[in-house]
Amino acid sequence: MTVRPERIVVVGASLAGLTAAHALRERGFAGALTLVGDEPHAPYDRPPLSKQVLRGLFSTDTTLPRHPDLAADFRLGTPATRLDLDARRVELGDGSRLPYDRLLIATGTRARPWPDREEAALAGVFTLRGRDDAQRLGAQLQAKPRRVVLVGGGFIGFEVASTCRDLDIPVTLLVRDAVPLAAALGPRLGGLIGEVAREKGVDLRLGAEIERMEAEAGRLTAVVLKDGERIEADCLVAAIGTLRNVEWLDGSELDADAKGLRCDGYCRALRADGGVAEGVFAAGDVARWPNPHDDGALVAVEHWGNARAQAAIAAANMLAGDASAMRRHDHLPDFWSQQFGLTIKLVGLTEGADALAVVHGSLEERRLVAAFGKAGRTVAAAAIDSARWLPAYKAAIRERAPFPPIEGAVDQPRIRVQEP
Amino acid sequence: MSGSTLFEQILDPANRDNPYPLYAEMRKNPVSRQEDGTYVVSTHAELARLISDPRISSDDLPDPQKFRWTGHPVTDLLVRPVRAEIRKRHRPFIFRDPPDHDRLRGQVMRCFTPERVRGMRAKTQKLTDDLIDKMCGKTRIDLVDDFSYPLPVTVICELLGVPPEDEPQFHGWATQLATALEPNQRGDEETQAKNEVCFNEIADYIQCLIKEKRKDRQEDILSDLANDADGMNDFDLIATAVLLLVAGHETTVNLITNGMLTLLRFPEHWQRLRTEPDLAPRLIEELLRYEPPVHYRTRLALADIPVAGITIPKDAPVIFLLAAGNRDPLRFPDPDRFDPDRPDNRHLGFGGGLHYCVGAPLARIEAEVALVSLVRRLKGVSRIEDPPPYRPGASLRGPRHLRLTLEGVAECC
Repeated sequence: MTVRPERIVVVGASLAGLTAAHALRERGFAGALTLVGDEPHAPYDRPPLSKQVLRGLFSTDTTLPRHPDLAADFRLGTPATRLDLDARRVELGDGSRLPYDRLLIATGTRARPWPDREEAALAGVFTLRGRDDAQRLGAQLQAKPRRVVLVGGGFIGFEVASTCRDLDIPVTLLVRDAVPLAAALGPRLGGLIGEVAREKGVDLRLGAEIERMEAEAGRLTAVVLKDGERIEADCLVAAIGTLRNVEWLDGSELDADAKGLRCDGYCRALRADGGVAEGVFAAGDVARWPNPHDDGALVAVEHWGNARAQAAIAAANMLAGDASAMRRHDHLPDFWSQQFGLTIKLVGLTEGADALAVVHGSLEERRLVAAFGKAGRTVAAAAIDSARWLPAYKAAIRERAPFPPIEGAVDQPRIRVQEP
Repeated sequence: MSGSTLFEQILDPANRDNPYPLYAEMRKNPVSRQEDGTYVVSTHAELARLISDPRISSDDLPDPQKFRWTGHPVTDLLVRPVRAEIRKRHRPFIFRDPPDHDRLRGQVMRCFTPERVRGMRAKTQKLTDDLIDKMCGKTRIDLVDDFSYPLPVTVICELLGVPPEDEPQFHGWATQLATALEPNQRGDEETQAKNEVCFNEIADYIQCLIKEKRKDRQEDILSDLANDADGMNDFDLIATAVLLLVAGHETTVNLITNGMLTLLRFPEHWQRLRTEPDLAPRLIEELLRYEPPVHYRTRLALADIPVAGITIPKDAPVIFLLAAGNRDPLRFPDPDRFDPDRPDNRHLGFGGGLHYCVGAPLARIEAEVALVSLVRRLKGVSRIEDPPPYRPGASLRGPRHLRLTLEGVAECC
């Protein structure tokens, strides 16, 4: 690893890949730089796809800005198919082979397809991940479907439901769990967003699952729920999570599975035997890394902010020479969502949280900051329409401040610790 | 003054022309307790942190009314207490906390649209051209009285919808009320009494104006605020209008004057701005770092706040010495150098957090138009005195006069 790299290959031409490419050049890397992408599009931004693009406010062209002097070779529309660690070589779908001195794996995730293949292939059934998906679904929404059925109780499902309501399209949102958005926000705040969705006209069904779809001439006409209810709909969006793009690493000896590609705190990919894979790094949604804010528990974070932060660290470490000069990826996860007129922001991770306290505003006003505690320490904070105070809570989470943090503050109700 | 505290020295008008060595001294302790129990924050990292800390309140003003018996029972027992109560509950939002602050600021932001602000550029250019035209044939000018003051006053009055013929009245009012932002001035009784009279006058005036705007809605901010269906009540409306008028006056005056003074001190940048007007946005950001119009703001600690190894105790007044953070060598390499090419210039010239300057986009446009036009058209400019005389305020710090000699004025292109 002490030799200065001359050839760097980045597999994955989305936010993490492009951010890393820019960072490599900014840090003076003057060698050959290749970005491999399975989609035909130049790197583009995804957050607007479920919101402004679907609504028809932005065009589907959300291409990310690229520095004019980036001087990278883009191999777009050609997926990587195999990695040979010993030969230090990536093979592409078109049969070409790319040797590397350093490799960044940033292949991200894809939408989890609807499990029934025949149903998934029906006209009117969609998933949403890329800009082509957004284009197809957007066109369908502009044509005013009679009813959209959304499957999935996560943020994509809620954002699409919100967009549909903005377009005055009837929506049924099917959530398998008893509370929506609970994985990210906990049941209390998830329930609050669910209430707001209902008020905005979403037919929200909790504990609901699809038994089967009905179709005529290859077109969706209705869904039948497990409880037997039949709902007529000509459009369905399956927002049921993601799959990590790791299949191309099969046989490479890297420690990659459905949970992601395992790496160490310096973004170095690890082998199945636990050793560092020399010269191979990972960033973005595909990476699974030890989170220093959670005692090193392995985590994969599918957030815009993490993709950028991790790519920048990986790029720096690719050029660092040896481990003593490398930086640790200690990004505090954060993300935002806009739906039903609310801006939701979260810092930290709520997983395993055992306590919640509203520290500004109130649940009734639907304008609040809530802090999450785990074993007496502050681990996360969520803001609904009041993100201005979040930097202070971010600092508290980083410092693992006692829970509840920051008492005696402005616009603070009497703090009552409750279950999240 | 050797016996006085560092912050007292900063407040001393004798140090107004160059407070920066005192700021450097202050930064030796990122958060430093003064003898009177005030805590001064002077380093960039600590400022950036505390400016977004919810335990810091902006509602820091001392009780505005001290009881003085006038001998008239109706006045003393009814009129004045009611007025005091109203004034206390309807302060301008710069002195208020969420949730009231957010609601009022949100209503103002809805009127202060990017389109409306951008639309002021042409008007600003026209006013600038006219003011510079008036300098033709003169060999001596006072940049403050002849240019820096009239330009932003006219712009903010137009934006708000104050009729041009009433502008002169605002001069006195705005100058007087700006003392509310100077803790060393607002404390004494005489200033308070003057402010009270002044506020009553301006409030009466604005109340009349609001009535007119409701009868005859115009294309201006006051009309929008006065006719907003779920808008603010009249007391908040008056306080908000006063705030916008005062804030729109004094700060931009300083920005333009400081800008010209800085460009005269560093003639290579004067030349660059003449030939490269595209430099203006970056040059103005550097100006906001190097010679900001607002040097500090005051706050109040609502709880014990541990920071930089000490604890700011509950109820302590806190001074955010923003201009010192702007010269912090830990954040800005070679901080005392004026360098418009400075990368990553995240200065505190417009403050930060939820009280970040509402008028920032307008100030940027005004400063850009003014400085680009002045360096283009004024020929053979020299300073008659340097440093120039400063106004007394240590927070809204700026020259009272900037007297210059001219060799000529180029035609407006």
